[in-house]
Amino acid sequence: MKQKISFYLNGQPLILETEPDRPLLWVLRNDLKITSPKFGCGEGYCGACTVLVDGEPLRSCQTEIVRVNGRRIITLEGLRKGDQLHPLQQAFLKHEAFQCGFCTNGMILEALALLQKKSKPSRAEIIEALEDHLCRCGAHQRIIQAIEEASKMMKGGSNESKREIGRNT
Amino acid sequence: MNRKEKSEEIHKNNISYNESKKNIAFKDQNLPTLSRRDFLKLSGTGLFVFFLVGGRCEPLVSLQGQTRQREYPEDFNAYLLIGEDGRIRCFSGKVEMGQGIKTSLAQILAEELDVTLDMVEMILGDTALCPYDMGTFGSRTIKYFGPALRQAAAEARAALIELASTELGVPIDQLAIENGFVYDVKRPSHRVSYGQLTKGKRIERYLRSKPQPKPIETHKIAGQPLPRLDAMEKVTGQALFAGDISLPNMVYARILRPPTHGAKLKSLNFDELKNIPEIEIVQDGDLIAVLHHTFDGASAALKRIKAEFDVPSNELNDENIHNHLIKMAPPGNIIDQKGNLEEGEKIASQIIEATYCNPYVAHSPIETHTALVSIEKDEVKVWASTQRPFGVQSEVAQALGVPASKVHVFPVYVGGGFGGKNSNRQAVEAARLAQKAGKPVMVIWTREEEFFFDTFMPAAVVKIRSGLDPKNRLTFWDYTVFWAGERSSQIFYDIPHYRVLSRGSWSGQQSAHPFNVGPWRAPGSNTNVFARESHFDILASRSRIDPLEFRLNHLSNERMRRVLLRLADEFGWKPSPAPSGRGYGLSCADYLGTYVALMVEIDVDAQTGVIKVKRMVCVQDMGEVINPEGAKEQIEGCLMMGLGYALTEEIHFKGGKILDLNFDRYEIPRFSWLPEIKAIVLDNKEVPAQGGGEPAIINVGAAVANALFDKTGIRLNRLPLNRKGVLQALKEKK
Repeated sequence: MKQKISFYLNGQPLILETEPDRPLLWVLRNDLKITSPKFGCGEGYCGACTVLVDGEPLRSCQTEIVRVNGRRIITLEGLRKGDQLHPLQQAFLKHEAFQCGFCTNGMILEALALLQKKSKPSRAEIIEALEDHLCRCGAHQRIIQAIEEASKMMKGGSNESKREIGRNT
Repeated sequence: MNRKEKSEEIHKNNISYNESKKNIAFKDQNLPTLSRRDFLKLSGTGLFVFFLVGGRCEPLVSLQGQTRQREYPEDFNAYLLIGEDGRIRCFSGKVEMGQGIKTSLAQILAEELDVTLDMVEMILGDTALCPYDMGTFGSRTIKYFGPALRQAAAEARAALIELASTELGVPIDQLAIENGFVYDVKRPSHRVSYGQLTKGKRIERYLRSKPQPKPIETHKIAGQPLPRLDAMEKVTGQALFAGDISLPNMVYARILRPPTHGAKLKSLNFDELKNIPEIEIVQDGDLIAVLHHTFDGASAALKRIKAEFDVPSNELNDENIHNHLIKMAPPGNIIDQKGNLEEGEKIASQIIEATYCNPYVAHSPIETHTALVSIEKDEVKVWASTQRPFGVQSEVAQALGVPASKVHVFPVYVGGGFGGKNSNRQAVEAARLAQKAGKPVMVIWTREEEFFFDTFMPAAVVKIRSGLDPKNRLTFWDYTVFWAGERSSQIFYDIPHYRVLSRGSWSGQQSAHPFNVGPWRAPGSNTNVFARESHFDILASRSRIDPLEFRLNHLSNERMRRVLLRLADEFGWKPSPAPSGRGYGLSCADYLGTYVALMVEIDVDAQTGVIKVKRMVCVQDMGEVINPEGAKEQIEGCLMMGLGYALTEEIHFKGGKILDLNFDRYEIPRFSWLPEIKAIVLDNKEVPAQGGGEPAIINVGAAVANALFDKTGIRLNRLPLNRKGVLQALKEKK
């Protein structure tokens, strides 16, 4: 039975009618053409499909669409404000914190959720947050360095870091 | 349009469609992808330099272990173009899968033509625009493509200077280039841009002579750690992978799979699918799939197919596989030999023998095999996660019965390959289904399909017999490798009598394996280096000599000595015979001309058997370095990935049934594993650029095994060095 489901996607309100038990990942990718969340394992083990729902990182392949009804979803597409990259994106660029780039979506969004909760996480806290995100190219060291740098940039109190992600995009 | 006109119009369209289909069907299938004639029809003006990478007879095919399907074009296989806009474009069939060649190749071009990096564009892996290329594998892009590209750019530079000489009325030897301009050295303001020189002209050059590239000492762009050109797209989510492509009317396919390799379909029942709206069932021989406009819709429907299979009995499993492989091995070839083994054995005071083995290991890139195929009126369009776009082209062409020239493989980013994306089965599946369904079909393998159909690193065995004389010098080395091939098995140590025998390759040809195997990052080398370097440590320990010193005692190769000495210095290696209790391990190797050595420090949890690698220091001499940052990234990636095959990665199986089908059971390295990593690239300008995508991975198994011995006195000869094995050995030791 199809059902009307509404949510904010990167700040834009939208309503769609679909089966409530469909995985959020495939609604985003197939119906809404939002392709930054990637399909990696289909079971929630790898983290490539991560999106933020009300600021919480969720595995979209394991999340039924009905669960996001009325909530705010942020995907990697929603981080950039015009030409201005989010500090995490800038830091990932600077440290070349990826090779193939397939896990990057999940890494950045998980890191964002972490930094929003804790602006200056320890290295151990970063590792704990990212433990269930898999990267096969072996960019781990650079990803950690990038998150540490972004943490510094965001703490610096620039306007960039204070803006609410997903609004006015 | 009235009804009659409309019907005529439709009729006309049908005819032309049918005709084109006929054309497709009856054309010679063995035409080269893009003949030179077709190629030159490519519209546009500018300065073209066509060049050939490698000779015609280069044994690329045997390296890759594939049968030759098509002649290499005789006259060129890559080209660069300087257009009216002054931009420099290079067209090559290589692909970017994270290894960074889009950047490093552009650096070579920018350097030779003296422009900024943003003026260079690499057009990679588009089969309609790029001439034929065998594929991207074997750390070969910079090593083989790089020098040819540099020559071609030097040729372009010479041509631009010639053109400018006429244009400016200045003799050639009085001209120089800078920043996209050719100028008069006596009057620098008297200059002309590349774009002005090529405007409205079509100039073709074929690289046959060898123009002189710039001396390396003058390089300003090549050799610099420049930022990756693919970076912006990747951090913003804009980078398009095969699965991100979307076409009107496209559908997703989920394919019915057998439970085991070798199983045969017995019965099939679609009754439960009858009431599911919007799905379509497609059957093409043994290929049975459900189509839906969403991936999840197709997946839900697939579960409702009732299918029964006959499963053949097969006694092989991950425990008995190695004995089976030894039994099945062909006589093999001698790879390297010197002196006489019997002589060596006579002068030995002790003989040391050991057998080493490794299991099947998966590639497991985070992106699974994916392909979208759209069969259109004039061409078949393909987007595929592949290391071999031209392989996809010919395999899809063959499956559809159309000439390869009608199949256009578009470039996309590849979400990790590591050798596994040399196999293109998913593209053939998408093509067959698209043909049957009459609409574009996307095939995205699930993680379970990825593990099931992966062309694993082959399980393999190495047997070594060796002898030491009373002065602790090696007298002979009798080495046999089963099913991993020869790579990195050749001898660079000083041994008077040796023989290296290889029985069965890694390619999966004449296979004794119960499923597919193929190239896995540095194919064969991970097996060979694990065995040799473990064995060297055993010899050093028997001699009561420090493992580094023992190696240096047998090493007059200057490049390897330099690498090892620098490594010892960077690591802070203090000599001591093993086991020292410190947990230090060492391994060194040569991978197709790149010299690489690794030292690690580990800890072992005696309660759990878990090995924690605390520190890894790697020194690599890969000849001239094009992008030091990119080279370091590859080393770091190799070391981290290498921890997987060293510590946990193993495919368990029973007969044709694969038991590890997702990341819950198959453990790849995680953040908590991350050691302190230091990667040092020695810039050796005396040696041309060698490959860097694979070498650093090959030492990880041996270095960790040697560190385990140094820490605990336990010697494990079978990879991976997992909890179970370590605990068992600790128990036995007590």
